[in-house]
Amino acid sequence: MLRLVYYELIKTFLKKRTYIGFALVAIVVPLVEVVMKIEGGRFLQYTLRSLQQDFMLVGNLFNGWFVAQSMMNSLWVHIPLLIIFVAGDQLAGEATAGTYRLILVRPVSRTRIFLAKFITTIIYTVVFVFFLGILSTGLALLLLGRGDLIILTRGILILPEADVAWRFLAGYLLAAWAMVSIASIAFFFSTFVENAIGPIISTMGVNMIFVLMTVLPLDFFKTLRPYLFTHYLNVWLRVFEDPVPWQDIATGCLALGGYVAGFIIAAWLIFRRKDILT
Amino acid sequence: MTGDLILQTKNLGKQYKRRWAVHHLDLEVHRGDVFGFLGPNGAGKSTTIRMLLSLIRPTEGEVFLFNYSLAREREKALRSIGGIVEKPDFYLYLSAFRNLEIVGSLNGGAEKKRIEEVLELVGLSARARDKVKTYSHGMKQRLGIAQSLLSDPEFVILDEPTSGLDPQGMKEIRDLIRHLASDRQKTVMLSSHLLNEVEMVATRMAVINRGELVTQGDVGALLEKGEKVVTFRGQPAEKLLSILSSRIGAEKVTLKGDDLLVSMPFEDIPAITRILVAEGIDIQAIIPRRSLEEYFLSITESDSK
Ligand SMILES: Nc1ncnc2c1ncn2[C@@H]1O[C@H](COP(=O)(O)OP(=O)(O)OP(=O)(O)O)[C@@H](O)[C@H]1O
Ligand SMILES: [Mg+2]
Repeated sequence: MLRLVYYELIKTFLKKRTYIGFALVAIVVPLVEVVMKIEGGRFLQYTLRSLQQDFMLVGNLFNGWFVAQSMMNSLWVHIPLLIIFVAGDQLAGEATAGTYRLILVRPVSRTRIFLAKFITTIIYTVVFVFFLGILSTGLALLLLGRGDLIILTRGILILPEADVAWRFLAGYLLAAWAMVSIASIAFFFSTFVENAIGPIISTMGVNMIFVLMTVLPLDFFKTLRPYLFTHYLNVWLRVFEDPVPWQDIATGCLALGGYVAGFIIAAWLIFRRKDILT
Repeated sequence: MTGDLILQTKNLGKQYKRRWAVHHLDLEVHRGDVFGFLGPNGAGKSTTIRMLLSLIRPTEGEVFLFNYSLAREREKALRSIGGIVEKPDFYLYLSAFRNLEIVGSLNGGAEKKRIEEVLELVGLSARARDKVKTYSHGMKQRLGIAQSLLSDPEFVILDEPTSGLDPQGMKEIRDLIRHLASDRQKTVMLSSHLLNEVEMVATRMAVINRGELVTQGDVGALLEKGEKVVTFRGQPAEKLLSILSSRIGAEKVTLKGDDLLVSMPFEDIPAITRILVAEGIDIQAIIPRRSLEEYFLSITESDSK
């Protein structure tokens, strides 16, 4: 099994497509953070102007932690696409290339090949999320220095610097898990088709519809909400609340796990009986 | 004898959307055979081989490899088999060597030395480190054979291994197949739509048309048995017909376009030729064919129409 995973990793990490996500992140993250540094804390000042009369805000709040956290906040819009781009190709790519005919005629069960490919997808996802995390946090701290972290999502919360680093680590771990759940949807679509375009678009479509249903304040959608994976997708942002709602986070992770299991089992059932016609 | 049965299909069939691509197929390949699997385009050769290699599920019937049921004991059945079906596809962005490493990893791992050996055997050593993307069709075809030999299997299944090759390339592949069979004691099954190719390399063969088995047996016996057919073409045609009818028998002569097809032994060709020349016929062609060849040409022709 280790050997199978090893060669799946080779296949994935020697493919150009795999680095498109890395390249984009390596361009966009520095770009945004440098612009933020140049623009200075204008955006933050604007938000805080009204408050500054009432509170004494000490120290430099427009710091690396703040920028890194804002970056993380925008994660769930763009990063899924880059993950799906590779996850959706895991199986469909073999169909497109005709290489199913090379690997599925061997005395190794399809189940093991399937598992090796899914493990590879998880590894890619985690590596990618941590690449993003380390780059965006590291660069932000380097450019803008350190200080207490101000969170603006629900009112204003200021976390003392000593209490911040672990939250980033936990946040990125949870983000990786959320991204694995999205990857598993792409992986599922990837079993049906002969071209990765399908899974990429389908997964983005599902993601978008679910996000809309999660965000739109309509009663009908509200009742559905607990069943949509997007409802739990933002688990990683919740480690920045105080106190941390561990109970909710655990529920969210389990729900996402349920989604992963559901999609992967369905994909496996299809894959092991699938006729290879390409 | 049953211990020598390497491949057996029983009533094998595959249906695509109600149409049978392969139907009621009973094949037998014995140890040491070079088994030619002959059929025109669309006959169902690739579909059959896909079933043999577990890429698609038979709609009905069963496949036995080394007496293991492919449906119930897939891994055991496939353990000593190497094969390629349809055009040779690889990971184009990887080198030939890496591609073979990947294939080897699915057979318990292949040593570097073994990979070099099979690349040497098919004459690709010099290009082993180049990406497959840069390979010509002929090179990919040879790499396809290399990957099917990698695990040193007892039984090698090759789907049209000479398709798309130039005459020299075809000859090299045929020589390689003969070498595998005689010097390396491998059992080989190769599909083809060329009778003469099968005749050149195979010891046994099966002919398939429209998904159904036409005949199966020893190549020599199949080709020699039955009537032999000689095609005559000449002017004036009416006179040619009357001479052939009177000399050989009207019931043995068939008109086909401008040609006259005559069932007769090949040994009588010189004598009849002398008579035709003496009678003043301008002979344009005399083509001796065995009846299987004639039959095969007729199904290929009717298919392309
Ligand atoms: N995916 C498919 N869906 C529907 N029909 C198919 C499919 N693949 C093959 N067929 C049909 O099955 C029949 C057999 O095709 P197959 O590819 O097995 O023929 P073949 O003998 O390999 O031909 P060739 O010499 O052209 O390679 C054909 O009529 C073909 O149209
Ligand atoms: Mg074919």
